[in-house]
Amino acid sequence: MSENATSLVKQRGPASGSGSGSGPLLEVTGLAKYFPINMGFLFKRHVGDVRAVDGIDFSVGRGETLGLVGESGCGKSTTGRLVTRLLEPTAGKIVYAGQDITHASRRALAPIRSEIQMIFQDPYASLNPRQTVGDIIANPMVVNGIKPPGGVEHRVRELLETVGLNPEHYNRFPHEFSGGQRQRIGVARALGMEPKLIVADEPVSALDVSIQAQVVNLLQDLQRELNIAFLFIAHDLAIVRHFSQRIAVMYLGRIVEVGDRDSIYRRPRHPYTHALLSAVPEAVVDEEGEGRERIRLAGDVPSPVNPPSGCRFRTRCWKAQDKCAAETPPLVRIEGNREGHLTACHFPEEPTVAARDEDVVLDPALAAIEEATDTH
Amino acid sequence: MSTLSQTAAGPGTAPASSFLSVRDLYVHFATEDGTVKAVDGLSFDLERGSTLGIVGESGSGKSVTNLAVLGLHNPLNTAIQGEILLDGQELTGASERQLNRLRGKKMAMIFQDSLAALSPFYTVGRQIAEPFMKHTGATRREARARAVEMLRRVGIPQPDLRVDDYPHQFSGGMRQRAMIAMALVCDPDLVIADEPTTALDVTVQAQILDLLKDLQQETGAAIIIITHDLGVIAKTADHVMVMYAGRCVERGTVKEVMQRPQHPYTWGLLSSVPRLDSSVDTPLVPIPGAPPSLLSPPPGCPFHPRCGFTDQVAGGICATARPELPEGERRGSACHLTATQKEAVFIEQIHPRLR
Repeated sequence: MSENATSLVKQRGPASGSGSGSGPLLEVTGLAKYFPINMGFLFKRHVGDVRAVDGIDFSVGRGETLGLVGESGCGKSTTGRLVTRLLEPTAGKIVYAGQDITHASRRALAPIRSEIQMIFQDPYASLNPRQTVGDIIANPMVVNGIKPPGGVEHRVRELLETVGLNPEHYNRFPHEFSGGQRQRIGVARALGMEPKLIVADEPVSALDVSIQAQVVNLLQDLQRELNIAFLFIAHDLAIVRHFSQRIAVMYLGRIVEVGDRDSIYRRPRHPYTHALLSAVPEAVVDEEGEGRERIRLAGDVPSPVNPPSGCRFRTRCWKAQDKCAAETPPLVRIEGNREGHLTACHFPEEPTVAARDEDVVLDPALAAIEEATDTH
Repeated sequence: MSTLSQTAAGPGTAPASSFLSVRDLYVHFATEDGTVKAVDGLSFDLERGSTLGIVGESGSGKSVTNLAVLGLHNPLNTAIQGEILLDGQELTGASERQLNRLRGKKMAMIFQDSLAALSPFYTVGRQIAEPFMKHTGATRREARARAVEMLRRVGIPQPDLRVDDYPHQFSGGMRQRAMIAMALVCDPDLVIADEPTTALDVTVQAQILDLLKDLQQETGAAIIIITHDLGVIAKTADHVMVMYAGRCVERGTVKEVMQRPQHPYTWGLLSSVPRLDSSVDTPLVPIPGAPPSLLSPPPGCPFHPRCGFTDQVAGGICATARPELPEGERRGSACHLTATQKEAVFIEQIHPRLR
């Protein structure tokens, strides 16, 4: 696979398109997206908002991967769609390669559209069943006026080979492929645009475990060879860790912690990051008891229509105090954090496992049953 | 291998007294394209109070096996052969009436998609109370009280109010809890959980898995957990069965299968998932190719087209002869590699990848 990618890099023309300077490829500040809730017949009254994304800041460097993790409904996918401008932001600013694209018009966006590509979660829904694989990959090139040397068809066959498919399958339809192969077609379609940034929204979560690794490796090879930046959205913390240099943890429309891989996974400071990490079941059988601390939150994520005041995690947090309800903690570098590791918490956790308490069980049912079985 | 199989008794092939015993199960579906051999000669046993984890990719026959145990296949297009003994009672040829008496009372199921598995027309409380009324002859009022108690036990806040809610008023995690309450309302001896947490977030998944485990300790039920997530298996199961193309390719205790796996497919599964502490510089090792079609499974070992170790087997029998699980042993794998070869490959090639 990597050989193919190398061959591809040779044929790729000189870096084209917009952008200059050495700043981050993508910079997002105060980005927000509210979906209005309307009620009533004829005269739609605006009764509230789903605050899917509520003021987030992050940046993605050239050739870098930023992983975005969080539970369902935390706004990860909305963020991805805002960045690709599939959704119109409510507030905030998106700067791509030095150019403000927050509210750029269709015309102004046209040259940038090809540089920011997306890979979707569901490989069954994201490919048109009536088009051949060749058409699916070729159409975006035709639409965007990309004229590769040797013709479009030649290029499509090359791309199919790059992603590990047989170029002779050019005339086949999506239903003739398995899930993993379809996801490769989606990757080939994105690559045809010679993108600089790929927003990958749960690219492997619909695939079988043995196939997941194939696609992850493919994306990693391509990134290395072509220096593509990724915004990698996923809920699988182990995959995100494997793929991303930096990781942002989202909760209810906000980023609660961001930092490099080691900071987030080895020295997390936000209680939510802790809870998330301790909840991951690992394919390791402990020799003696539990190896990692165990944190069991109570209940589910609150509704983004009416999020808690102050720190949004406070309703499920075991360290919450009055201050958490009154003041929104800023996303800053708190004491003890390394460079670039930002945490939004008033009462951050100790960075090392030894300094923390062992188990936190907030779930009432679990606590009750465990207490009952302990006394027996 | 022999040293490993000497450990204490568990669900093996030998004892006839085990609580659930499945012998040479075949489930074939007649389709337009031919016969789909969804389960093709499967045997396993399960004791009371223990948990069996079944792992495998989609289409490996995990769910089909368990639907056969519950007798939920459509008899018009399904051919089921073999023996399923639940507490000494034969289930394969059982009448619908007999099954009706067992389902919900003696065996119950927790489904993956709680929104699809709960009826949107009835309140959660009524759906929990219904099997209880049916099997115990309780009155409406008693059943309602029981439903409230069950909801409390699975951790639904304000159960006396939420009992009258409809499923759409519950969140995903709460619906899954309600399903668990529904499955456990008659204190069944066998609970089958088919991907019980796949649709849930990790924090909620951890709650649900802990809850199942705690409830099992309380009630002593036998649990079958079906999943594709090896992490879930490692956390919950006592014994593991790895399925591929409708057959069991490896079985043993969780420790044996996770720490000393013997089958190339299990090796592949373990080395294709990253861990929270694995090295990020080494690429993942995927299993090449894709799972086979069950309409025409490959001859010989069904895994041989994707296996990287066929050249170590003399005479190329992987493509011609189907390897069998060692008869009568609790621990074993269906592979033509010799025990020493498996040991050597695992220690030299597979184990370093898992660190």
